[in-house]
Amino acid sequence: MAEVLVYVDHVDGAVRKPTLELLTLARRIGEPVAVHLGPGAESAAPVLAEHGAVRVLAADAPEFADYLVVPKVDALQAAAAAVEPVAVLVPSSAEGKEIAARLALRLGSGVITDAIDLEAGDQGPVATQSAFAAAFTTRSRVSRGIPVITVKPNSAPVEAAPAAGTVEPLEVTFGPLATGTKVVARTPRESTGRPELTEAAIVVSGGRGVNGAENFSVIEALADALGAAVGASRAAVDAGWYPHSNQVGQTGKSVSPQLYIANGISGAIQHRAGMQTSKTIVAVNKDAEAPIFDLVDYGVVGDLFQVVPQLTEEVKARKG
Amino acid sequence: MSLRIVVAVKYVPDATGDRHFAEDLTTDRDAVDGLLSELDEYAVEQALQIADAADDAEITVLTVGPEDAKDALRKALSMGADKAIHVEDDALHGTDVIGTSLVLAKAIEHAGYDLVVTGMASTDGTAGVVPALLAERLGIPQVTLLSEVSVADGKVTGRRDGDAASEQLEASLPALVSVTDQSGEARYPSFKGIMAAKKKPVEALDLADLGIDPADVGLAGAWTAVDDATQRPARTAGTIVKDEGEGGKQLAEFLASQKFI
Ligand SMILES: Cc1cc2nc3c(=O)[nH]c(=O)nc-3n(C[C@H](O)[C@H](O)[C@H](O)COP(=O)(O)OP(=O)(O)OC[C@H]3O[C@@H](n4cnc5c(N)ncnc54)[C@H](O)[C@@H]3O)c2cc1C
Ligand SMILES: Cc1cc2nc3c(=O)[nH]c(=O)nc-3n(C[C@H](O)[C@H](O)[C@H](O)COP(=O)(O)OP(=O)(O)OC[C@H]3O[C@@H](n4cnc5c(N)ncnc54)[C@H](O)[C@@H]3O)c2cc1C
Repeated sequence: MAEVLVYVDHVDGAVRKPTLELLTLARRIGEPVAVHLGPGAESAAPVLAEHGAVRVLAADAPEFADYLVVPKVDALQAAAAAVEPVAVLVPSSAEGKEIAARLALRLGSGVITDAIDLEAGDQGPVATQSAFAAAFTTRSRVSRGIPVITVKPNSAPVEAAPAAGTVEPLEVTFGPLATGTKVVARTPRESTGRPELTEAAIVVSGGRGVNGAENFSVIEALADALGAAVGASRAAVDAGWYPHSNQVGQTGKSVSPQLYIANGISGAIQHRAGMQTSKTIVAVNKDAEAPIFDLVDYGVVGDLFQVVPQLTEEVKARKG
Repeated sequence: MSLRIVVAVKYVPDATGDRHFAEDLTTDRDAVDGLLSELDEYAVEQALQIADAADDAEITVLTVGPEDAKDALRKALSMGADKAIHVEDDALHGTDVIGTSLVLAKAIEHAGYDLVVTGMASTDGTAGVVPALLAERLGIPQVTLLSEVSVADGKVTGRRDGDAASEQLEASLPALVSVTDQSGEARYPSFKGIMAAKKKPVEALDLADLGIDPADVGLAGAWTAVDDATQRPARTAGTIVKDEGEGGKQLAEFLASQKFI
């Protein structure tokens, strides 16, 4: 059966959820072969196998951590030459998209970014994308070469589908471009203990209406009661109330949770671009005319400082 | 020696307008007014700051797009760029990211460069991959998605804030930089800048000038194909309640009915 390369996004062998979703999608078009770069392949392999990887191609070298993007492209190119896949799937992170693009060019292939679904088609895999701030849904194909497709988090369920998952070494020769951009220092992001924003099932966001950094505790309390991630609008981020890494929208993270709760957010097009594909949308805003209400399944017109704490108490009470 | 900076800027349909696809499933550029992609204003701004910090520098702004795309160039020139290149050709209609990067790379080589600066993503296609593709094609380091950038002694340094970590990057010139909207507010063109822009040179090029086979670009030359585009159905009107003191409880009731709690 045809093989599909799946690029593994991981932290020292701890596989991130979007990769497991890619394995689900890969099985729709062939047999997944995972490509694990950097340390930790032995600990990643059982998880990858559990979710359908028939093989795990692994390579580790200091270049992957010490230089930006290109060493990983060299490795994927080597994997593509070894496997002759029918498609290459990469998570749609900022880095994932850059890796996918450069790989596609080298393979003489088209690249599709930010797919939200994937199916087998007569002329190769068909990707669903959402365009123009999710106002449109498109179906696209790569019409030349080996389709290279990046897929957004939360685009497919994580499903168990046990396979062999044998670890095999991948030979990589780094090209002259690999060492072009040196990573001279790296400061890991501090963990908040909350779910990862792009992967969370529930996201609770605050905007300019939160009116101050300290007031974000109101948003955090609701998020913690629901086991949710915290998001913020750009206005809240620009004001310095919450870190940029939590920004939802066109230039922040694009999220697609089961439930999105927007508090004190007006719903500007650039914010909508990052959350409009959420399954259920809820908003609390004191302005009944706020555009966010055009999107909601349920909206409360009111002061978030009244509504949100009451909701938080209610959630806690119901959860016991 | 003069530092030659090329900034790639895109002319895009205004995101606050009612954007659509045309019948051939390309972007309908007639439906909505176009403008310089707001994210490319940040690229122009950083290029201007890099040029200010250099002894001697020259900034060329480059766009690939239809006749109207000159507006984007004028805006960048009025912010302070020195000259412009406009690549326009009927055969470009419907080009994908691979083709776009081909045309941009040829035009950048034509201009001559030490540093290429781009935005983090366009506000229409939003692919965010053209910068990496350009670096690959030009065979130069990519120093991308920077929230801070500086150039000195033939080196680019910058900060990239990623999902898991914040990284300090370094590369030798020539290099390609892309900047995020965290890199610093873009300046408004001054009246003097707007007047001066009218006299700045705009070089017009077509595919033949760049030695590009029209078969390698456009809808027919694209390596991707869009089979259909459908407007997302408007959301069915949700329930909206006014808080009369019980808003939080009512919301909890809704969340419970949807099995979220
Ligand atoms: C190129 C570009 C990229 C951008 N990218 C992003 C992006 O990624 N993400 C993003 O979010 N924005 C982005 N923006 C900015 C966007 O256009 C808006 O400015 C921003 O989303 C507004 O944030 P907001 O809704 O929090 O603030 P506002 O629009 O000021 O809305 C605040 C809302 O809070 C309500 N409110 C105030 N007080 C209360 C209260 N006590 N209780 C309840 N409600 C209250 C008000 O009624 C109002 O509706 C971008 C803009 C540009 C040009
Ligand atoms: C909704 C939509 C979805 C699309 N999806 C895909 C896809 O999946 N695969 C695909 O191959 N193509 C796709 N395209 C086509 C693609 O957007 C165009 O080829 C486009 O010209 C280049 O990509 P981008 O604008 O997304 O660039 P990005 O990579 O998002 O742009 C980054 C930077 O590159 C520079 N730049 C980009 N284009 C130009 C230009 N014309 N002139 C000057 N500088 C420029 C700017 O500095 C910009 O900030 C899509 C287009 C649309 C409208």
